[in-house]
Amino acid sequence: MTEFLRIENLVKSFGATTVVKSVNLSFNAGEFVTLLGPSGCGKTTILRMVAGFERPTSGSITVEGRDITDLAPNQRQIGMVFQAYALFPNMNVGDNIGFGLKIAGKSRDEIKSRTEEMLKLIGLPGYEKRYPYEMSGGQQQRVALARAIAPRPRMLLLDEPLSALDAKIRVSLREEIRAIQRELGITTLFVTHDQEEALSISDRVVVMNAGNVEQVGEPFEIYNKPATRFVAQFVGTLNTIEATVASTADNTVSIDGQIVKLSALPAGASNGNPIALTLRPEVMTVGTRPDADITLNGTVEEAHFLGSVIRLSISLGRTVLNIDTFNDQRTAPPARGDHVKISIASKDLLILGA
Amino acid sequence: MKRSKLWAWITFGVAVAYFLVPLLATFEFSLRIRRGTYSLDAYASVFSDPRFQATFGYSLLVGLFAIIVGIFIVVPAAYFVRLRAPHLRPLIEFVTLLPLIIPPIILVFGYIRLYNTSSILPLTGSTFGTDILLVLAYVALALPYMYRAVDTGLRTIDVQTLTEAATILGANQMVILARVIFPNIIVAVLSGAFLTLAIVIGEFTIASLLNRPAFGPYLQNVGANRAFEPAALAVISFVITWGAMGMIQLLSRFAPKTAALTD
Amino acid sequence: MTDTSSLVTGSAAPVSTGATGSPRRNPLANFARSQLGAYLGVAPFLIFAVLFLLVPTLTLVAGAFVDDAGHFTFQNILDLGTPAILNSYWISIRVSAASAILGAVFGLIIALAVIRGRLPEGIRAAVLTFSGVASNFAGIPLAFAFLSTLGRLGLVTVILKTVFDFDMYKAGFNLLSFSGLTLTYLYFQIPLMILIIAPAIDGLKKEWSEAASTLGATKTQFWRYIGLPVLWPNLLGTVSLLFANAFGAIATAYALTGSSLNIVPILLYAQIRGDVLHNPGLGAALALGMIVITAFANVIYLVIRSRAERWLK
Repeated sequence: MTEFLRIENLVKSFGATTVVKSVNLSFNAGEFVTLLGPSGCGKTTILRMVAGFERPTSGSITVEGRDITDLAPNQRQIGMVFQAYALFPNMNVGDNIGFGLKIAGKSRDEIKSRTEEMLKLIGLPGYEKRYPYEMSGGQQQRVALARAIAPRPRMLLLDEPLSALDAKIRVSLREEIRAIQRELGITTLFVTHDQEEALSISDRVVVMNAGNVEQVGEPFEIYNKPATRFVAQFVGTLNTIEATVASTADNTVSIDGQIVKLSALPAGASNGNPIALTLRPEVMTVGTRPDADITLNGTVEEAHFLGSVIRLSISLGRTVLNIDTFNDQRTAPPARGDHVKISIASKDLLILGA
Repeated sequence: MKRSKLWAWITFGVAVAYFLVPLLATFEFSLRIRRGTYSLDAYASVFSDPRFQATFGYSLLVGLFAIIVGIFIVVPAAYFVRLRAPHLRPLIEFVTLLPLIIPPIILVFGYIRLYNTSSILPLTGSTFGTDILLVLAYVALALPYMYRAVDTGLRTIDVQTLTEAATILGANQMVILARVIFPNIIVAVLSGAFLTLAIVIGEFTIASLLNRPAFGPYLQNVGANRAFEPAALAVISFVITWGAMGMIQLLSRFAPKTAALTD
Repeated sequence: MTDTSSLVTGSAAPVSTGATGSPRRNPLANFARSQLGAYLGVAPFLIFAVLFLLVPTLTLVAGAFVDDAGHFTFQNILDLGTPAILNSYWISIRVSAASAILGAVFGLIIALAVIRGRLPEGIRAAVLTFSGVASNFAGIPLAFAFLSTLGRLGLVTVILKTVFDFDMYKAGFNLLSFSGLTLTYLYFQIPLMILIIAPAIDGLKKEWSEAASTLGATKTQFWRYIGLPVLWPNLLGTVSLLFANAFGAIATAYALTGSSLNIVPILLYAQIRGDVLHNPGLGAALALGMIVITAFANVIYLVIRSRAERWLK
């Protein structure tokens, strides 16, 4: 794996506010990396610094060994797709796609053939003469993608490209983007606040919060081994059980009176102090299970039938747990008010830092 | 990046020079009435001139009536077009374009022809009739601006939803117009009013051709006969126009906005 | 049988709203009433428009086709062909065109500088406010202002003579001339241009120039391929509007040049005032010529503007 893009000690401040706080990242050639985080976390700012629209306050950006931190945006050979499509309204689809090649001084024949190639790639052959205002949002975004790729850029940047589209199109288009990226093998940086989007199509995910990188890893890792409380809460659904430390010597905690042994306690825990146990909805089972060493009693508050998945809200008194189970065609889901047992294996508990 | 900023500053500087120098020059000229020194004598002369007071007062009064008539014509029309008869909108908008297409001199020419002593509405036959004609001419001149101001105001407060909400709560049409709609568009109406005033005060063509003692003809008269007073009058005129526009800006800050904010 | 049929007819029977006490007997009457109310509300507006906008203009236009005896004739129109009158139209067209084109060009440059030139925040607001005022500062006060600036005793004239030893008027400049009038007209044409083109420049989305940049374009290339083409319809349309604006203006010219510069409105003014042409039909024909020209220019503006709006939905 060759390193393609390196971001070193990147800092961006606007006046007194620091939006990006000394970020270090490294991306390999051909990777699809997503910057994921809530609004204001700095992900778009980092993308715009890589594109050249914002100048870093300090730090450097290196592409294929060359420092581009001070390079003008129109010399970086980077393709970019915007949230608002940004197709040039006075040009038809063909001219839009061919624009980068025209600027580069390519011949008319080459532009024509490359445009046709691009239109076939995005599934809109023959659309050369259409104008942006005649097309739907999804179509416009695909043209925007073709326009960005046509001049064979070294890297592709996508700034929340799906946020302005309908839910259904969002899903199908993200698959298309990933497929095209795979086919072309182009290094891609994708920015989104939608964690499902990030998990489903990325090679690696960078989770950001308030200007800092919380965790970098493959989707599986981010979801199942979150490094911080923020990552655990932002990515997927997180359940929290309020317990009390029973004995640090035995690594035991008390959950509503029931003593449970854990594999480890976080540093700094002391007897009698409260401790929050977090776990994913799919690791719990309604009913009994051989490998479960924790059993809790609860009352079903709500059973959301989502089709293949049933999400149960079960009250333990103070705490409400969200438990996901698969649909079983022969068994009806529990009804509201049912008293049920919940089985948990202590090894499935997430021990989190702050 | 830096070069374009320099060019922008240069352009701005030249523009400032072109637009401010005449104002400064006018002011300076108005101070020159007493030979050898600067004084405000021209202004004193102007303000103490009984014709200034008379014509300015006259124009103010005419402007006021133009505003009132304008409100009575425009507000119901704008309201009903928006609410009940949207298909009339193109017609209304065409009408508001007419005063911009028809030069004022043509308009007054038409009035003199149509409403002279031998027609059904012999308005030019009497002084009072001519005054009425003048007011109506100004209503016509200000119509596009008054309509646009009121229409924008109605759009901003989402008059459709307000009316529906009030109707569900039991109000009838009169109550809605008087107690729900009008208080919320007062700011827009005032904007239109100040624009009308600005148009009326300095207007020359129509007032002079209808032979009424308005401020415009007075200005022209002073210009033909005096040397320094015209400059003082120009300064006063500019201050008034600026004042009226400034009021509009101020008012727009107090305008109620109930259109939903999108996240 | 009867049970089901009564079910069917029962649903079609009118529902009486006992609570308000007014049964909705006939939906058609309700519709008519609501539409009637709407029409009543719009009536004053339309009546006013007819009586004090449409009819006077049409009467005047009709008068162009009537001779002294009241018979239909084209003679008045033909009489417009005299050298004096044609010259008048020509001067009007030249002044209007010059102030429109120059006003558009300068207005565009200033608007671009203020909106996209990265000047401090407050400047844009100040320029737009000032433009709002200046576009209304026409007529006689404007003429006085320019007389005080560039007239024979004007401040700039005097400064140039005393400080730079340059006599403008000896060099051939005269405020009371074609170029002087054009220069004066620019004072309200440029602000009008700024006001109209500012929203269009705002409409040039930042993303377009950023996208162009990532595709390798320089700033000049952006303006050449995207910026100016997008603005072009608006520019053209506004030139048309500025032309119509200047063509119909009289007060400034009158106060500035007296009757020495014979633009059409001044000719018309003199005609209305003292019937110097001794021919009411001819006066009407003059007016007709004016209306045709300004209406044509305005229609161009409206058509171009609506087509441009379609692009930028």
